[in-house]
Amino acid sequence: MKVIKIDKNDWAGGIGKIQSSYRLYGPVKGDAFHDFKALEKGELPDLNFFNTRVSPKSVVYPQSEVMFEYSLDEKDAEHHILKDAAKDYSPKAVLGIRPCDAASFLLVKRNFDTPEYKDPYWIRSYEATTFVGYACNNPCSTCFCTTAGSGPFNEEGLDVLLVDEGDCYYAKVITSKGENLLNAAGWKTEADGGAPDKIAALGKEAGSKIGSSVATDQLKDKKTTELYEAPFWEDVSFACINCGTCTYLCPTCWCFDIQDENSGCSGVRMRNWDSCMFPLFTIHGTGHNPRGTKLQRVRQRFMHKLKYYVDKYDNGIQCVGCGRCIRSCPVNIDIRRVCDMMNSYDPKACACPAK
Amino acid sequence: MLNPYMPYPVCIDEIITETEDRNLKTFKFVFLNPGDEDKFSYRAGQFAELSVTGKGEIPIGIASSPTEKGFVKFTVNKVGLVSSYLHSMKVGDIMGIRGPLGNSYPWDTLEGKNVVIIGGGFAFTTLRSSIIFMLDPANRKKFKNINVIYGARTPGMLLYRDELAAWEKRDDINMHITVDAVNDPDWKYNVGFVPAITEKKAPNADADTYAIICGPPVMIKFTQPVLDKLGYGHDHIIMSLENRMKCGIGMCGRCNIGKEFVCKDGPVFTLAQLNATPREY
Ligand SMILES: Cc1cc2nc3c(=O)[nH]c(=O)nc-3n(C[C@H](O)[C@H](O)[C@H](O)COP(=O)(O)OP(=O)(O)OC[C@H]3O[C@@H](n4cnc5c(N)ncnc54)[C@H](O)[C@@H]3O)c2cc1C
Ligand code: SF4
Ligand code: SF4
Ligand code: FES
Repeated sequence: MKVIKIDKNDWAGGIGKIQSSYRLYGPVKGDAFHDFKALEKGELPDLNFFNTRVSPKSVVYPQSEVMFEYSLDEKDAEHHILKDAAKDYSPKAVLGIRPCDAASFLLVKRNFDTPEYKDPYWIRSYEATTFVGYACNNPCSTCFCTTAGSGPFNEEGLDVLLVDEGDCYYAKVITSKGENLLNAAGWKTEADGGAPDKIAALGKEAGSKIGSSVATDQLKDKKTTELYEAPFWEDVSFACINCGTCTYLCPTCWCFDIQDENSGCSGVRMRNWDSCMFPLFTIHGTGHNPRGTKLQRVRQRFMHKLKYYVDKYDNGIQCVGCGRCIRSCPVNIDIRRVCDMMNSYDPKACACPAK
Repeated sequence: MLNPYMPYPVCIDEIITETEDRNLKTFKFVFLNPGDEDKFSYRAGQFAELSVTGKGEIPIGIASSPTEKGFVKFTVNKVGLVSSYLHSMKVGDIMGIRGPLGNSYPWDTLEGKNVVIIGGGFAFTTLRSSIIFMLDPANRKKFKNINVIYGARTPGMLLYRDELAAWEKRDDINMHITVDAVNDPDWKYNVGFVPAITEKKAPNADADTYAIICGPPVMIKFTQPVLDKLGYGHDHIIMSLENRMKCGIGMCGRCNIGKEFVCKDGPVFTLAQLNATPREY
């Protein structure tokens, strides 16, 4: 596999060139946190970061997105008929995405790209994007990617993997899409023959620094109804304030709402991120709510990620181990602990009466 | 790429007030673009998103039958934002329909079988579709006995009253209409709650008899033990769920019961299937 060597002196110049044919996104430092933003002309991604506070899912799947436009003015010939909103699906690239976050798009794709239905907004936006990853030489303490189907040097979901090598970056070419981007930047110098080994060694070292893990091997064999009725949900959900931070930050949470917004005689139908943590998510018009309590909502989040998804796709858990929900939860609810409780749950061994 | 969120434009062709409390209206729609009716080819038991431009979309069961051509019909209860606005709309207004969505009643399984339909209140819409479909001359011979138990609070709260009266007169369908209470001395039909009438009128269970049951939660709660008593296996009891929905295509994440999406894998499930999932409906 081809590895390109990018001298850090050529970094800014290359990025400037890429911007003539791609819309660029990258990590940018705000007051206290890094977040993925659209880069202005000449603006550089700040690669001096662990990971961003919010995941980069918005690069493909904006928090709010207009789907249709319409006129409510009966004098208009086509009033009340929805029209596709104008969209920009020209090439874009995200620079410096962490491997776990890149892998998350493959998980989310299973939801939006199905045999029966295709979500055109997500799919076209995803297809327009080139993913330039940035390997994690120094993972954080809350990362558990290696047991969540990813890893600090994981290549799945990436087109290029950048590895920091002091005064240069190694750019491992993973797809032709990635190669095109490197060409557009003018980064063409092949690294010497030792580069792949060096990358492998750095990757191994980084992997060994991942200090936390989850066990997921038993989840598939557990009975859904037994896990659902497990007594530990009371304890798990006790402190949750249903703020929705966990789902909002998470790269693998995709739920959305659809709303019509009018202004005067015209309007748009749009979709917005939504969260299973909110009671309004499931309440019926009659007031009945199948997930009316906090316990039911917290349980839904974990059961979806760690059981329903596992059963539906037979392709691992709906979590890449980025640790964001753990770092930002105001009451320290930790998916690693919940996952282990679910994975090791034995209804027969439990002394408490099933509820 | 086909956009599954884009509704077909339709025009309201007729509005019928169904019930004495005026909370239920049937809307008959015609497609604005020729060709869309063929694309909207459906089976009884499916639903659609009614798209009221500027207000939003609501999932509503299709009340017309695939055997009825030239229009589609929906009966809508006035509940909240979208349904109330729809109730204020008039013939000639333009809106949209997105679908058909969801599975349907299991027509392949039901062929050659006895079908017992048990409905309560306004959840009779896709049951109407099913009855019209089965009674169609081209279809009637595909089914054995058809029994219908349908109840409402009062005679004036029954949906599709003219059709009910016409079905009462036929000999290829056994109707058991009932009301909770009645003042009218001329009332010819049953008086009593649906579970009690089911106990009296539903045929005993056998391998060739399937019950389809749709109604308010309390009706379902008390009818199920009756069916158990009559010997119906849980894989012979068919139900249709109404979880809150938005996308209708299994993507927005809100309507699930366990790993099944009510919008895409349902809304029709057997009780045996429901027993294996969390009861979040
Ligand atoms: C498969 C299916 C078939 C249905 N068939 C019928 C029918 O034939 N006739 C009928 O009158 N009603 C039916 N309903 C219920 C109907 O969808 C709700 O009454 C309706 O969505 C209420 O919307 P609203 O805007 O008036 O209420 P609001 O409370 O203002 O709701 C706002 C939004 O919430 C959602 N919502 C609220 N309640 C429900 C609910 N119970 N189910 C799904 N989404 C909801 C809708 O997206 C709605 O736009 C059906 C529901 C489902 C899921
Ligand atoms: S971040 Fe924590 S407190 Fe907030 S909804 Fe998620 S689990 Fe609950
Ligand atoms: S569930 Fe938590 S750890 Fe897993 S991908 Fe989402 S934010 Fe990251
Ligand atoms: S309504 Fe969106 S997933 Fe079912």
